Amino acid sequence: MNTLILRTVAPSLTALMLLFSVFVLLRGHNEPGGGFIGGLIAASALAIYGIAFGVPSVRRAIRFHPMAIAGFGLLLATLSGLLSIVLGVPFMTGLWIYPVIFEVELPLSTVMSFDIGVYLVVVGAITSIALALEQEPGSDAEGEN
Amino acid sequence: MAANAPALTFFALFLPFVASVLAPFLTRRLGDRAAWVLALAPALAFAHFCTFLPEIAAGEVVTGGYAWAPSFNLSFSWFLDGLSLTFALLITGIGTLIVLYSGGYMKGHEGQGRFMAFILAFMGAMLGLVVSDSFLMLFVYWELTSITSFLLIGFDHEREAARRAALQALVVTGGGGLCLLAGLVFLWNITGVTQLSLLVHLGDGLRQSPFYLATLLLVLAGAFTKSAQFPFHFWLPNAMEAPTPVSAYLHSATMVKAGVYLLMRLNPVMGQTPAWVILLPFFGGITLIAGTFLAVRQTDLKLMLAYTTMASLGLLVMLTGFGSAHAVEAAVLYLVAHSLFKGALFMVAGTVDHEAGTRDVTKLGGLRAAMPVTFGAALLAALSMGGLPLFFGFLAKEEIYAALAAGNPRAVFFTGLAVIGNALMVAIAFAVALKPFLGPHVETPKPAHEGPVTLWLGPAALSVLGLLAAIFSGTAHRYVSSPMASAITDKKTVVDISSMPHLGVPLLLSVITLMLGALAFWRLTELRAFMVRAVESLGPGPDRGFDHFVSGMVRLSGVVTRLVQPGRLEIYITATFLLLAVTLLVPPFVFGELPKMPAWPEDLLVQEAAFFLIAVIGLVSVLRAKDRLTAIVSLGIQGFAVAVIFLLFGAPDLSFTQFMVETLSVVILALVMTRLRLSPRDHRPLGQTLFDGTIAVACGLGFTLLLLKSTETPFDTLLTGFFNTYSKTVAHGANVVNVIIVDFRGTDTLGEIAVVMVTALAVLALIRVRAGRRASSGEGK
Repeated sequence: MNTLILRTVAPSLTALMLLFSVFVLLRGHNEPGGGFIGGLIAASALAIYGIAFGVPSVRRAIRFHPMAIAGFGLLLATLSGLLSIVLGVPFMTGLWIYPVIFEVELPLSTVMSFDIGVYLVVVGAITSIALALEQEPGSDAEGEN
Repeated sequence: MAANAPALTFFALFLPFVASVLAPFLTRRLGDRAAWVLALAPALAFAHFCTFLPEIAAGEVVTGGYAWAPSFNLSFSWFLDGLSLTFALLITGIGTLIVLYSGGYMKGHEGQGRFMAFILAFMGAMLGLVVSDSFLMLFVYWELTSITSFLLIGFDHEREAARRAALQALVVTGGGGLCLLAGLVFLWNITGVTQLSLLVHLGDGLRQSPFYLATLLLVLAGAFTKSAQFPFHFWLPNAMEAPTPVSAYLHSATMVKAGVYLLMRLNPVMGQTPAWVILLPFFGGITLIAGTFLAVRQTDLKLMLAYTTMASLGLLVMLTGFGSAHAVEAAVLYLVAHSLFKGALFMVAGTVDHEAGTRDVTKLGGLRAAMPVTFGAALLAALSMGGLPLFFGFLAKEEIYAALAAGNPRAVFFTGLAVIGNALMVAIAFAVALKPFLGPHVETPKPAHEGPVTLWLGPAALSVLGLLAAIFSGTAHRYVSSPMASAITDKKTVVDISSMPHLGVPLLLSVITLMLGALAFWRLTELRAFMVRAVESLGPGPDRGFDHFVSGMVRLSGVVTRLVQPGRLEIYITATFLLLAVTLLVPPFVFGELPKMPAWPEDLLVQEAAFFLIAVIGLVSVLRAKDRLTAIVSLGIQGFAVAVIFLLFGAPDLSFTQFMVETLSVVILALVMTRLRLSPRDHRPLGQTLFDGTIAVACGLGFTLLLLKSTETPFDTLLTGFFNTYSKTVAHGANVVNVIIVDFRGTDTLGEIAVVMVTALAVLALIRVRAGRRASSGEGK
């Protein structure tokens, strides 16, 4: 499947899809989108890159083991929920702050970091499965980071 | 002081656990001297509980505690009366001596820190058990003693026998604990209280309840397994695989007495019924006789003591259930006496084993010159066990005979049992205490000499205490025996027996007991040979039965596992979908809830019809596909068509997700298939195709019916309204779907992403296992 056309298009396509996935993730609170969908798009992007250039390239490109990314996402989501307990309100209560940066009011919230956690879990989990399956059976490159 | 009392008691209850955590570090630092530091924990707790003595002796009870989960009426609370206080003092007092003894006994052992940690944890569990007020706390501590005793018995875990004994004790006592839990739930349901201190006054209602017998049997199952009553006695002798300090502590004063404690505690509530006064003396009597007969057979010091412990427990259960206040007094005296002399004798056996290198009574002799202090302690303890005047054991025995001896046949029968049992125990007591020390000197594996102070302090203290308690019997009765007997009978009871022999039937029976005991001791070798033959002729006992039970359970679980987990994906999937079809189809047909045939939509748009057609085409081509790749891609076509239909009907988020899921499903399925065989499809026999097809159609039909039925009912807009109203104002988000996912129902989502994570880990593991297997089989060729 790694034809010349795919290999030429794949880097730009992957980059675009990753960018789009982040866009979908962030707009999710007010428009269609969100962490689940964004994560699925990012996972597809990485799958395309993997089909074009092979598993080791993807592993090099994302630096961390996809399972570690998923684990970090779960940690982030949990911490976003726990933060409210520290402030004395029930678990998973959304907390919002509105810092003004360059005269633009930026709504930031634990809800957003929770959604980022969801995104990371979905990307990490699906990518780790896809990469493990794409890998040539028998070649044990799984152990590297 | 008064204000701090609950906090201090709370601290005293947790002190052993704190010491348990510190034990490994202290032992690493200080070696065996750490025992002196660690012994402070039980010693302080002992001192604290001693401060309650005057109050309890005056007939009051002390309760205290903290709310735990008030909404469930659960509390961490304690209840000190004569019964629990006596137990608490025995546990902490003997515990202090045992910790010191362990320091000497385990000196230089690499696992000493671990051992100290276990035994202190056990001490904490046992202490909590006897002072518990709430049922739940009682149960938790009850099982905690089972678990910590499992660790202690299996301490020497490299030996198979120790592992087996530990497992056996855990299965028997832990299983009994579960019965006890059921019994406690019954008690709670019948009386509506969850605290022992409140339960005590509700006996009448309980005894008339139709569930009384079931409750009693469950509670007895718990108590009898813990206290090694026949036929659950076999774990106790096997538990002698543990290091001797464990036997001296668990099997004299604590663990095995927990069952007796429970029976005594429940005596005012559940006692005095026909079932109680028949079952308890019956099983107690059998255990008494079986224990002494089996003890005579042994030549190992520890095993001889273990079987007499079993016999003593039988005697205690018999007395508790006998039904008279006098018998309860006897049980109280005997319980205290037994804790003192049996603890001392076990420690003596351990010291002899430690210093002489063997505990086989036929290989020991003439140690009195080498080990004078140990010999003195052994002699005093044996005199108390034998029930000679001037010792606390004598008071107990007089009281037993005074309680049992009466004209009716039942009394005569149980008196006879007690005399035979006691006589044999006299013989064993002297065999254990005299045989190793008197007579000509026998060469032992190690040249024997007196042990260090930690090894003789414990037995000496306990045996001297047995003497002092009898000499100052007035004080002992005032502070210990009378309050405890009062607690068990739930009315003011005064124990006033003194160590002065006075003429009467009890004294006569004591003399007969001693004479029979002396006779048995004199002819011990012949008696032993006779018992060995007698027991062998009886055939395998419950100990072998346990082995059969365990291996049977292992086989049964093997069969069940192979049945429900055949390991073939086809079977799992078939079972899952079959069940799904049944669940979906049976209720509508049985309850007549079939939906009405929907009308054909009149305003069907062209594009809607087109995508519907594409979905159907995708479906047909899946069925007709010649190879797997075509099938996968065709399934994708069908999925995309459905996603577009979602979009057309105004569910962009759903459709969006559906698109991505379809894409990734195709990619991942294709990747899976490249690892298998891509080209040909399976050749399935017609029968299987029909069977699978039927299940598939049934599932599809079921879902269709379900959806049609649910759209028939008018749509409830309550939630829609709520989310539309509050999504923007409360959660600051316009996309209601996403706000629900990340905010309103965020905890659900957290659970879901955790599931996604775990699933991914499992899939990864499966892929690696397959890859690894293939790699290793490749190397094999």
